[in-house]
Amino acid sequence: MNLKTRLNILKRKYRGSKMAPAFNAIHTFLYLPNETTRGGTHIKAADDLKRTMNTVIMAMVPCLIFGMFNAGYQHYLAVGNIQAVSGGFLSAEFWTLDNFMVGFWKILPLVIVSYGVGLAIEFLFAVIKKHEVEEGYLVTGMLVPLIVPVDIPLWMLAVAVAFGVVIGKEVFGGTGMNILNPALTIRAFLFFAYPTWMSGDKVWVHGAVDRDQAIAAGQNLDAISGETILGSLAQGKEMAYSTAEMFLGFIPGSVGETSTLLILLGGLFLIFTKIGSWRIMLSSVLGAIVMGLIFNQVTASGWITDTSKFYGLMSAPYWEHLIIGGFAFGTVFMATDPVTASQTNKGKWIYGFLVGFISILIRVFNPAYPEGVMLAILLMNVFAPTIDHYVVQANVKKRMKRLKAKVA
Amino acid sequence: MEHIELFFKSIFIDNMVFATFLGMCSYLAVSKKVSTAVGLGAAVIFVLAITVPLNWLLDQYLLQPGALSWLGAEYADYDLSFLSFIMFIATIATMVQLVEIVVEKFSPSLYNSLGIFLPLIAVNCAILGGSLFMQSREIPTLGLAFNYGVASGIGWFLAILAIAAIREKIRYSSVPPALRGLGITFIITGLMAIGFMSFGGMLTGGDEAPKEEKTASVQEETNENIALNSSEASEDKEIANNIKENE
Repeated sequence: MNLKTRLNILKRKYRGSKMAPAFNAIHTFLYLPNETTRGGTHIKAADDLKRTMNTVIMAMVPCLIFGMFNAGYQHYLAVGNIQAVSGGFLSAEFWTLDNFMVGFWKILPLVIVSYGVGLAIEFLFAVIKKHEVEEGYLVTGMLVPLIVPVDIPLWMLAVAVAFGVVIGKEVFGGTGMNILNPALTIRAFLFFAYPTWMSGDKVWVHGAVDRDQAIAAGQNLDAISGETILGSLAQGKEMAYSTAEMFLGFIPGSVGETSTLLILLGGLFLIFTKIGSWRIMLSSVLGAIVMGLIFNQVTASGWITDTSKFYGLMSAPYWEHLIIGGFAFGTVFMATDPVTASQTNKGKWIYGFLVGFISILIRVFNPAYPEGVMLAILLMNVFAPTIDHYVVQANVKKRMKRLKAKVA
Repeated sequence: MEHIELFFKSIFIDNMVFATFLGMCSYLAVSKKVSTAVGLGAAVIFVLAITVPLNWLLDQYLLQPGALSWLGAEYADYDLSFLSFIMFIATIATMVQLVEIVVEKFSPSLYNSLGIFLPLIAVNCAILGGSLFMQSREIPTLGLAFNYGVASGIGWFLAILAIAAIREKIRYSSVPPALRGLGITFIITGLMAIGFMSFGGMLTGGDEAPKEEKTASVQEETNENIALNSSEASEDKEIANNIKENE
């Protein structure tokens, strides 16, 4: 007897009981269900929620795999075992099995914990509230490991995931009802609850914290600097990486955010499959460029000199802001979340523009939070319903006027 | 520059609702519909814009230690600051009555939908909070006090506008029965405050500056600020003395 028939028998046995949603979810996740709807007319479409979620995950897989290689690469580079990559994107020094294995064993537990805890809570809520398990967590569970530092302790991740899923989503009634992006809620929770593990110059490279402790214990070793570019720019240091390295992603950072190239590919894929909103992506890039140009103009005209602590980030060329830090990742995968972003087309332009604008603003003016894009998206999630409300009202008003003109 | 900085600081960084959690009662009660929320928000902006400068004048010329010196030298060492609460509340209550009359005259529908919460602005902690923050932060000029009042009002307005839109959006969500109504509103407020935390510590560099040298520089700056403030205070005293001499 194979698994499918066994699941079917289990489903029938538990039909109508409390555990039914759990078995249904496992069954539909693994196999195509045999049941069809009877009676009435139904719209048949291939892109159901599960397909949508899986498409987003597919767009993120290149970032995940690259993140695994990069975690190992940054680790060995920092320890001093290997040389920096000299060739292009496909250079052999980067794509080695050693690099991959280090990253794989660091990142796989993050993925498992994220999915394990999150899905367990989803199942629990489905059983308690007696509805089918929703697919909303599939994307969140993949996003979470991609936006945390590699060395984050697993129990912290578990606590944050529990918080994000329960408070950020389930209390609003589950998938499609939440007001803040759950993945960003999880990251914000980690960021404000455990700042030492989420920011600073020690968390972005695997092994940097351990090495620090070893040095503190009296061993004779070189300290590892795992500073992100944003961190060092904020302190007014020289840029240590070339543009190509930043674009291709051979830089320290959280797991999935480093390679702008792969994020761009994922973004194009999302636009092509019409799952991500190109309006939001485009307008938030525009917003960031406008803000960057304003800052460049301010430094160029000498209002802010290099004695100011904002000078370093302000004088960085505007296009550089697009490829460093989490901006690209946030814009493509998180700002476009169809639940928490603006729903109207005009609203999407405003929303996206403000996301880009504010994330660069926070990045420059708030040295404590160089990762402005996370907070900018959260802030705009808060205001997205307001934007929608006014866009809809404006439309209503316009049509009323048209109607009146016609009648009169 | 000073004005612009205070303006944005009061709207976003020291937001009345999300940074200090003031004015929560009407914020929670009147945020079911965007239109009423806008009305109440506008009323709060108006009341704050008038009461903060008025109270600044009261504070400067009646209540502060030594504020009465314009009456004559023998009044210079009077300190009436223990009367602050009563005086501020009296001003606020008067202004709220005025707003109520105006709103009833010009927009009866808004007057009806705001109901009891319009007169209750008088005891809205955001309004008294505005005046008390103005006193404790030692806002130096009348113009800045007006600026502070308007900006705090706008911050409160934005907060109630955003939560009203969110509450309209989640009206059809299947929130667990135990959390419906105020419970979920509190949770939303908390989550919104996370969003607003992005501005916390902006411009100053935040509480946990990453480097030691940075904290040192921040400390220096605050020292400078204190020095500035005290010099401003002494300037104020000089002005007061000048006034006294002229009289």
